[in-house]
Parts: sequence; structure tokens; C-alpha cells
Amino acid sequence: MEILIIIISAVFVNNIVLSQFLGICPFIGVSNKVETAIGMTGAVTFVMVISTTVTYLLQKYVLIPLDLAFLQTIIFILVIATLVQMVEIVLKKVSQALYQALGIFLPLITTNCAVLGIAILAVQKEYNLIESVAYATSNAIGFGLALIIFTGIREQLDFVGMPAQIKGVPVAFIVAGILAMAFLGFAGIG
Amino acid sequence: MTHWNNFSRGLFKENAVFVLFLGLCPTLAVTTSAFNGLGMGLATSFVLLFSNIVVSAVKAKIPDKVRIPCYIVIIATFVTIVNLLMEAYTPDLHEQLGLFIPLIVVNCVVLGRTEAFASKNSLIPSALDGLGTGLGFTMSLILLGAIRECLGAGSIFGFEFIKTGGLIIFILPPGAFLVLGYLIVFVNKFNNKST
Repeated sequence: MEILIIIISAVFVNNIVLSQFLGICPFIGVSNKVETAIGMTGAVTFVMVISTTVTYLLQKYVLIPLDLAFLQTIIFILVIATLVQMVEIVLKKVSQALYQALGIFLPLITTNCAVLGIAILAVQKEYNLIESVAYATSNAIGFGLALIIFTGIREQLDFVGMPAQIKGVPVAFIVAGILAMAFLGFAGIG
Repeated sequence: MTHWNNFSRGLFKENAVFVLFLGLCPTLAVTTSAFNGLGMGLATSFVLLFSNIVVSAVKAKIPDKVRIPCYIVIIATFVTIVNLLMEAYTPDLHEQLGLFIPLIVVNCVVLGRTEAFASKNSLIPSALDGLGTGLGFTMSLILLGAIRECLGAGSIFGFEFIKTGGLIIFILPPGAFLVLGYLIVFVNKFNNKST
């Protein structure tokens, strides 16, 4: 039951992109084609779940016992950067198809604040291991949901005539604002 | 003259938020009031200034292949310092900004400036560049925060001028996207006229 609440709250109510403002860069940057958006979602889900698990274990069994919690930021970002590199190398060896699909997005994810943000939030909210994994997974789904809806809208926007000053990034923000308003409708659930 | 160029580039011509679209997550998230924008901007400026200085000072010693991880460690060090300082001296602001202080590490503006400028230039130009970019970022955040606070709460820097409050939507997340979107439209229009 706890876990169900975590999932619904992360996917809809406190959507990672539209209400917590994490991962805006890929949200604006790779939202031109639906296929790219799906690839990015896959890569983010992969990295987010693994890194949240690893950082959770590190925080619990290394940083807190050694009284080094103030090093959290440094350690977490290093772990995530290393992890992304490792995932890339392993994927290249193990599954060529998956590497082809996710490969170009993986390096971008190191500087995706969503991954570090969720790792820190999961620790701050004092979740246990299963809850942390559920939290990371559902946030990744929330990211994918927002990104894919947004990309679908932007694909259609290409065919709409509008003043040159609004084209591109500004209209993307205005659309994101309207989408965020739609997601506000979920507030109060859970 | 070149010193002035290094400093002013980040203020207007290559403003991180409105022209380069970097560092958007904190820009949108913390600008619910002008004061929060100011706090976040100054924290980021501090990190920018000092990581630019340190990177340009040690750039000759860092092997080219591992430079990005090295820069990230330098940046993360200053972020930790800022985080601890703010927790000690401005606990209220620290509470408000919350998660977005540690997230300065992954702010693309900071890594972007160290990689694109400080790794190629000497100490004083790098410091000026860091300061200019930081102040440009701070200005953008204050502007966005002030507009959202005016429309959403009827106050500015905490001084209330409309007693009945404002349109709450501008304080809520959608307002952030909308205000930034329309501001970029104005910036584009202004830039097109001047060129």
C-alpha cells in the first residue's frame, strides 16, 4: 500500500519534470521525435534505478557509519558518473541492440539533474531499499510519461504557423506550462 | 577592455538562461520569489567563481583524458562548501532552496564555463568570466522571481503591495514555464531588433 502511494504520487501528483523541475534539459533538448524520447526514457530508467540503489547502499553502509554524510554530494555524483561509464561499457559488450538504442543518450545522463536529484531525495525521504527502488522506477516512468506526451505535442507544433520569435524553445515552454496545468489536476490524489 | 569583455559576456550577450538555455532546472524551480532567485543566483555565482579560479590554476596538471571527472570533483567541493555555509548562516533560505543547492553540481552552466573557458584561459580572465556568468544568471533568476512574485503573490522581495494576494497559478509550477517562455519571446524580439 505504501508503495502504491509512492508510485502514484511520483508518476502523477509530483511529476518529476512538471512539478519538481528535474531533468528539464533533456525534456526541452530531446523532445523532437517520439523515438528519441522513448530511447531517452529507457536510458534514464536504467541509470536512475541502478544509481538510486547503489547510492542508497553507499549512504546506509558507508557514509553514515563513517560519519561522512557531508560528503554526500561529491560521492553521489562520482558514483553516478562512474556508473554511467560502466553501464555504457557493459551494454556495448552484452547487448549490441540495446547499446545502439540507448548509447548516445548515456553520456548525457551524467549531467541530468534528475538522476542525482532522485538519489538525494530517496535518501532524504528515508525510504528503505524496496521503497527507494519503487520511487526511482516510478519517477523514471513519470519522466517518460511527461517527455513522450510533450514530444507528441511538439511534433504536431512543427506544422503550425507562428511568429519567428515564438518558434522553438519559447513555445516549448508555453506548451510545458499548459501541460503542467493539466497535471495540477492530479493534485490532491494520494 | 578585454577584461570588461570577459566580464560582460555572461551578463547579456551569452546570458546563460535567456540565450544559451543552460541551468534551467534551478531557474524554474526556485524562482517562486525574487529573494529565492537572489539566493540561488548568489550560491551558483560563488561556485562558478571559485571553480573557474581553481580549474584555471591547476589546468596544466590535469591529464586531458580525465579532465571532466576532475572538474566535477572541484565543482562538487565548492557546492559542499556553499551547502554547509548556507545551512549554518541562512537556514531559512537553505530550507527553501532545499534539493537545488546540492544540484548546483549538475548545473550545466558551471561545468560549461569551466570546460569552455577556465580550462583554456589564465586565472584573472577566468575569475572575471565566472563572476560575469554568475551575475548574469543571478539577474535572470531575480527577474523571473520578481515577475512570478508580483503576479502570484502581489508582493516583491516580501513587500506586499496588493493586499488580496495574486494569481496563485504563477507561484505554482505552470507559472514558471509560462513566464520563462514569454520572457524568452521578448528577449528574442529585442535581439532581432538590435542585429
